[in-house]
Amino acid sequence: MLRLAARRLLKVIPLLLLVSFISFGLLNLVPGDPAVQIAGEFATEEQIEDIRAGLGLDRPWPVRYASWLGDAVRGDFGVSLFSKVSVATQIWDRLPATLSLIGLSLAISALIGVPAGTFAGWREGTVLDRFLTMGTTVGVAVPVFVAAPVLILIFGIKLDWLPATGYVPITANPIDWARSLMLPAIALALTGAAEIARQTRAGVIDVKKQDFVRTAHANGLATWQVLGKHTLKNAMIPVITVIGLQIGRLFGLSVLIEQIFNIPGLGSRLIAAVFENDVPFIQGTVLILGTVIVLVNAAVDISYGYFNPRVRAAA
Amino acid sequence: MTIADHDMSSTAVESATTESRRARFLRRFRRQGWAIGALVFLVIVAISAIFAPWVAPHDPLSQSLTDSFAGPGSEYWLGADRLGRDTLSRLIFGARYSLLAAAQAVLVATVLGVPIGVIAGLARGKIDAVASLVADAVLSIPAIVLALAIIGVLRPNLTNAMIAIGIVYAPRLFRVVRSAAISVREETYIDAARASGVGMLTIARTHVIPNVLSPLLVQISLALGFAVLAEAGISFLGLGVQPPDASWGVILGQGTVKLEEQPLLILFPGAAILLTVLAFNVLGDGLNDSLGREIRRE
Amino acid sequence: MSSHASSAVDPVLQIEDLAVEFITEHGWLTVVDGVSFEVGRGETVGLIGESGCGKSVTAMAVLGLIEQRSGRVSRGCIRLDGRDLLALDSREMREIRGRKVAMVFQEPMTSIDPAFTVGNQMVEVLRRHLPMSRSQARQRSVELLDRVGITDPHRRIDSFPHELSGGMRQRVLIAMALSCEPDLLIADEPTTALDVTVQAQVLDLLAGLQAEMGMAVLLVTHDLGVVSETCERVIVMYAGEIVETASTDELFARPLHPYTAAMLASLPGLHPDEPLDPIPGIVPPRHALPPGCWFEPRCEHAIELCGSGHPTLVAVGGRSARCLRADDLRLPGVGS
Repeated sequence: MLRLAARRLLKVIPLLLLVSFISFGLLNLVPGDPAVQIAGEFATEEQIEDIRAGLGLDRPWPVRYASWLGDAVRGDFGVSLFSKVSVATQIWDRLPATLSLIGLSLAISALIGVPAGTFAGWREGTVLDRFLTMGTTVGVAVPVFVAAPVLILIFGIKLDWLPATGYVPITANPIDWARSLMLPAIALALTGAAEIARQTRAGVIDVKKQDFVRTAHANGLATWQVLGKHTLKNAMIPVITVIGLQIGRLFGLSVLIEQIFNIPGLGSRLIAAVFENDVPFIQGTVLILGTVIVLVNAAVDISYGYFNPRVRAAA
Repeated sequence: MTIADHDMSSTAVESATTESRRARFLRRFRRQGWAIGALVFLVIVAISAIFAPWVAPHDPLSQSLTDSFAGPGSEYWLGADRLGRDTLSRLIFGARYSLLAAAQAVLVATVLGVPIGVIAGLARGKIDAVASLVADAVLSIPAIVLALAIIGVLRPNLTNAMIAIGIVYAPRLFRVVRSAAISVREETYIDAARASGVGMLTIARTHVIPNVLSPLLVQISLALGFAVLAEAGISFLGLGVQPPDASWGVILGQGTVKLEEQPLLILFPGAAILLTVLAFNVLGDGLNDSLGREIRRE
Repeated sequence: MSSHASSAVDPVLQIEDLAVEFITEHGWLTVVDGVSFEVGRGETVGLIGESGCGKSVTAMAVLGLIEQRSGRVSRGCIRLDGRDLLALDSREMREIRGRKVAMVFQEPMTSIDPAFTVGNQMVEVLRRHLPMSRSQARQRSVELLDRVGITDPHRRIDSFPHELSGGMRQRVLIAMALSCEPDLLIADEPTTALDVTVQAQVLDLLAGLQAEMGMAVLLVTHDLGVVSETCERVIVMYAGEIVETASTDELFARPLHPYTAAMLASLPGLHPDEPLDPIPGIVPPRHALPPGCWFEPRCEHAIELCGSGHPTLVAVGGRSARCLRADDLRLPGVGS
């Protein structure tokens, strides 16, 4: 198990380097002279020089990359172009809201997706299965920016059960925190729940034909043992991948959700940075999120060992 | 047998199998009721977008403050927005932006992903390792975040947004094309062709591209769905199409602001986006089911 | 029935006129038709035939596992200890399975859940059927593993299936099946997937356990060699029907059905120098059965009459055969 983990983590290094290179290279996508472009048409010569120095554009790029990466590894992503506030500080300030949104949403999508998919797969071909399958096909395609306003309208405005927008930090009031995140988390969870349900259904259908499930039936195990224990644990192996992939997607979609629900997270700050051409902040965010996803993917692969003893043995 | 003979006979065989393959595909596809429905829907949307000035009942930009937030009726079939603009007409014109933008993005993704995928799959070795690693790295960064980052660096406008979406999707196409190229490479007739002195480029053109086309077709359908969705999201945020031009995402975004006054303003553009994305997905799945078995067998 | 060769003195399992159908692209097809036999306490009966003859389906029907594979029992009666199994609902049947009737399958490599340890799965079965604490069940599992000849059972009980060889996995499956001391054990090709030396060990183990526990054993196999070593009686199936029943000695000495004779002739090892003599042709598909005897197209003794009427299973001096020429043919057996 440890060897498996070590081997997988070794593969992470070149990936992380590439992610950092992509983040760094974003600046080179700027057409023409980045400093002139970023400063805008009404900038003075002084402002342009200021930006040039701020981005370190006066040095050759390998030197810049090395020092940028060196700083980044130590948690220094530079300062925002105009506000001059440390990018790292902004990211850490914003991360808790984004992480709580994603965590809650992941929990909701698993709590809906796994049981729904299990039931559909176990009762394959029944009316309920078809109903659920159709629901997940549509669910996968519902854009968050369509689901979110609809949820706001129904639960936030018409029924007035939950706050429509805004965010309360958990440190201020845990109950209000949960209430403020409920609608955004549900909006964010819908696609994931549908995806997880689809994969769970496929997994259950596949596993229930296996010989060991027949053995479990032949040994007279109760349905909950055959389904809940033997079928589900084996069917979960591919589902874990899907859940892992969801995390990346959730980080992306949370940008939209944070904007719609007015949550002060990383995503809403990123949008502001995009409007402001705040390249250092954009680079820092891409690097942080890319790193998080690479590590999450590695963790997902390693967790295979738990679900699948054969993988553990193969390492 | 001379090389010319060999080429002719192999082309003859090729076209014969392509013919039967096409027949088999059509026979299977005809049974995919949902996929056909999706295709019909998409064709209708595309035709109304192309002929928007003739199809749309109103000028999408003509305002009428007396009709602000009008509900659906005989004058405005799907109602009107805050400025009294006809929602149906705006959606029909919006389809132009949404579909054209999606096509642009998929074109960018294809131009980037397909050639590199073919080369990596055929060459294997270091080229493949590096290309695959880059694809993995790009895929590690959440699609929307990377797209926004690219837009942020390039300046927000529709073309840049579509370039960004194309770059983000390219690794997905790369992967599909690469694995198709690898499986073709393993076939014995490639060895035979190479042994008879046919160049790699010719092999790519005559053997790999035809075999890659089927899975690519499926992926392009799915990619178009993704691009419609992504364009809508980016324009929804105000980073894509700039008003007064309006794609579905822009219309939806404007509707969201006035959610309480007229909920229908999010319902119709939302439905347009949802149905179109769904149609591309269903079409892609249908194509996959109609093509799938042959790909695996051959 | 009592005079029939397929009956037993103290029957544990009684099957009468069993028919099983499966849904296929040709509609519902009968895969097992009119099968009747009994298995007595302490007795080992071989159910033999080529693959696809319905022998495994018959076994699955006894366990009530036909529905899981989109099939149904369309006719007949299955009694275990006099209790009509087909009248039970699925919950009652689950309590019978593993407790009163247990099964060992052909594929030891895939028949144990790879995600759990051996002990976990054995304890689960024991505690499902018997009032035992976790530690009692674990203790009992260790004893069972020891009994089926697994060395170092205290350590092996915490092994995952992939850590065990095929032979050991089959022993584990046998231990699991016998853990609640069932009245009937069905073994479906229990040795087919194993290599020859392990085959013999597993067969010896089954015979020893049977002698000890006194259960009835139904051994489903295509291998007459296995039958000759372990079974008292043999039931031969062909294309979903019983074609011959006899005691093992009688069957080997003098087969009455040409199909049985052909199978005996194809036994390896009798004449090591001669090439094997497999039965030519294939089993007719269920949707295209010949009008007369279903073996007639492959039968080297067929006469014109065999192609017109489908023969019934006829008792011939304490045994039975489904052949028009059972009386007049003198088919070669295997001299002992």
